[in-house]
Amino acid sequence: MTPDEEERRLVAQRRNARALAILLGAFVILMFAVSIAKIGMQHR
Amino acid sequence: MTTQTIALPADWRDFLALTKPRVMTLVVFTGLCGMLAAPVTVHPVIGFTAILCIALGAGAAGALNQWYEADIDAKMRRTAARPLPAGRMDRQAALHFGVGLGAFSVLMMGLAVNVLAAAILAASILFYVLVYTVWLKPRTPQNIVIGGAAGAFPPLIGWAAATSGLAPLPVLLFALVFLWTPPHFWALALFVKTDYANAGIPMLPVVAGERTTRTQIGLYTIPMAVAAVAPWPLGLTGAIYGAVAIVATAWFGLLATRVATRTTRDGDAMRPEKQLFAFSIVYLFVLFGAVVVDRWVA
Repeated sequence: MTPDEEERRLVAQRRNARALAILLGAFVILMFAVSIAKIGMQHR
Repeated sequence: MTTQTIALPADWRDFLALTKPRVMTLVVFTGLCGMLAAPVTVHPVIGFTAILCIALGAGAAGALNQWYEADIDAKMRRTAARPLPAGRMDRQAALHFGVGLGAFSVLMMGLAVNVLAAAILAASILFYVLVYTVWLKPRTPQNIVIGGAAGAFPPLIGWAAATSGLAPLPVLLFALVFLWTPPHFWALALFVKTDYANAGIPMLPVVAGERTTRTQIGLYTIPMAVAAVAPWPLGLTGAIYGAVAIVATAWFGLLATRVATRTTRDGDAMRPEKQLFAFSIVYLFVLFGAVVVDRWVA
């Protein structure tokens, strides 16, 4: 692998890792919101 | 000495393309309308989660479809630029993504919404992948007639997510999408016939010829029209839906009749077929939108 190819691979890997981090963050927020909603529905 | 080539990891945009976002739009819309047409108010967070699960489930089905059909997609101009045939993604990555996304969507639906909605979602994914993609599509020209059921599940899922049960209205909406699929897809198949023939897919125009396909488009439009208008006389919707359904279905019928009664000439631009295909998409959006407007206004 040439240094140029290695650099491109790292850039692609970083971009995907960022997208995955955003998705995981969104999932955590969603699970939190679902839990709050379910608790609220039980107390209605 | 061997040269080792390490491919670049697939881009997130390729994973998104794998989910067939345009198909997902219609699936999400019909699912949302199924939910909003239900006679109960859904908690916004639960409703959002249910729609997200429907979208992810549809994405999973699309990804698994592309994983299985990568070699066929490579032969068709319309699909050759997809991530797998274009070589931008490894097949195993597509398989893992599809299975993971499907399992995640069903589990999430079961945990956050309810078991019935999760069960129908699971059935729709399995139906699309196993019954339609693997079994019917490469074997019979009736593939999209039975396979159309896969795309008809979302209004049932949306309704089940809201009510934890089923009722005649979502079943009729299921029937509408199911019966709408043949005229919609065969109109497309008429103007991309060469693509399907090159890929060896036994679509009706390839196997039975154009005349039969045109007749079948006309014939399937009749029960579709009945399913489209039926909710109003049955008292499941009000007059707003009834009026919209009658006008839109009459227009659909006119376009379908034009396609059913004409013959392709040399150098034909296939305009009526393209018009029917384009209108059929608008038609479904309009009818499902009308169900919701009718429910909220009445």
